[in-house]
Amino acid sequence: MIQRLRSAIPYILLTLLTTPILIGYIWLIISSVSIRTYGLRPEGLTLENWSFLTAPIRSRPGIWQVLFSTLAFAIPLGLLDATISSMAGYALSRLKFPGRRMFLSFTIILHAFPSATLLIAIFFVLRAVKLYDSILGVVLVSVSLSLPLGIWLMKGFYDNVSWDIEMAALIDGCSRLRTWWSVFLPIIRPGLAALLIFSFLGGWGAYIIPYTFLVTASIQPISVFLQSLTGDYTFVNYGVVTAVGLFQLTPVLIFYLFTQRYLLNLYSGGMKGGA
Amino acid sequence: MFLSPYTIKIFTNTVTYVVFTLVCFSVGMALIVSLLTTSINKTAGTIFRALWLLPRITPSVIYIIMIQYMLADAPSGILSQFVTGVLGGQAKNWLYSYPMVAVIITNGLIGTSFGMIIFTSAIESIPPEYVMAARVDGASAWQIIRRITIPLIRWPLLFVTAYQTLSLLASFEQILLLTNGGPGFYTTEVWALHAYHTALSNYLGNTEFGFGSALAAVLVVIGIIASVVYLRVFRFNEMVAEPKIEVL
Repeated sequence: MIQRLRSAIPYILLTLLTTPILIGYIWLIISSVSIRTYGLRPEGLTLENWSFLTAPIRSRPGIWQVLFSTLAFAIPLGLLDATISSMAGYALSRLKFPGRRMFLSFTIILHAFPSATLLIAIFFVLRAVKLYDSILGVVLVSVSLSLPLGIWLMKGFYDNVSWDIEMAALIDGCSRLRTWWSVFLPIIRPGLAALLIFSFLGGWGAYIIPYTFLVTASIQPISVFLQSLTGDYTFVNYGVVTAVGLFQLTPVLIFYLFTQRYLLNLYSGGMKGGA
Repeated sequence: MFLSPYTIKIFTNTVTYVVFTLVCFSVGMALIVSLLTTSINKTAGTIFRALWLLPRITPSVIYIIMIQYMLADAPSGILSQFVTGVLGGQAKNWLYSYPMVAVIITNGLIGTSFGMIIFTSAIESIPPEYVMAARVDGASAWQIIRRITIPLIRWPLLFVTAYQTLSLLASFEQILLLTNGGPGFYTTEVWALHAYHTALSNYLGNTEFGFGSALAAVLVVIGIIASVVYLRVFRFNEMVAEPKIEVL
């Protein structure tokens, strides 16, 4: 009996620690279908909160417009990040060229270095090249800020591929490019897919960069849209806010469920064990 | 910058925020969660860890809305309901009463997952014989943790501490969304947020790009120095070993 109690202790502690997190998500779901909530108790079930799907909220852009802007930002971000990282990672992992060491040092310094401090400088650069308040500008900024991590992760994946496979391909007469395309890419595909999803989700939930560099409401992504819903009336309609929030959160959770194993690796910054 | 009367206030805020988030959550809570989840059934442990990752994968705006609602005043706030209904205490707007604590917890819940993942893989790679041997010798759970686990994962511990210090120092997105430096006068304004406000928002009616950039430059310098130190400490040379094949 005492033995059983003792083995239950970790479960009890974990449940206590985890409950506050779970409550937030439960509230999000309950509130999105209620007129209002007191704590977790809903008062009056309704689907009215979800009417934003068909009709715009006040004078804001409609949700499908917002969705389009978000995808126009997140999809190029994911594709560019994955493409460039997979190529650069290969070069840095397998090729010898002058400046390689320095390039790797810069990459890891940029990776360890939090990019938020660079926002002010980026603001000037964007204005100088006339990309301020354009989706292209935000995509370019976000890609360049996420590349150090992407390159570093990809290099890690390539480093784990055996040298013999590559040697065999080269001896059989493959060019480097061909080796990369038909030998390496199939091997690292799971990692590449995870990086693609990771950086897509990064764009999907991004707030600070679009908020800072996009001012036109019609091209702002969903995070900025959602935040603006909580900002400007004195009484926030939590029903609508949570419905939009759930709309944004659902794809993230679905992706997370399916790619959890790979994403875990990426969220830790690609550091293996003792790093 | 160094003469501004607010600098001291903001500096204190930053230190409080970084130290408490780091000790209580990024390292402390992360260690507790990974120790607990590795000591139970493997599937259950994975589920609990997946739940702890939720704050990190949730888009920040949604996450902050949840926190705000939990801490809101009666009648709607979840914590207020809990305190009045179950504990029989006084409801209040917790975010306004304890803004700094709220900021630390909010960032801490996100920060925990990073350490949790790294500590977990480190703990799982400890050979089970060590723990077994200690148990045979009659060591208690606490003694095993204190004398075996912690010493064996001190390298990951150091790494997480170093890495998280830097990222906490420069992160301000959650604070911007949660309190925007308030309530009142600079109660939760940290260095990075202050730089952002000064340069890019009309918080005080006029923007000062130059001053804001100077504030950010301080962080940039700290960041570069810290990164270079990491590279020295964390065996950078192994990571950039030369390729073995030289054909182009």
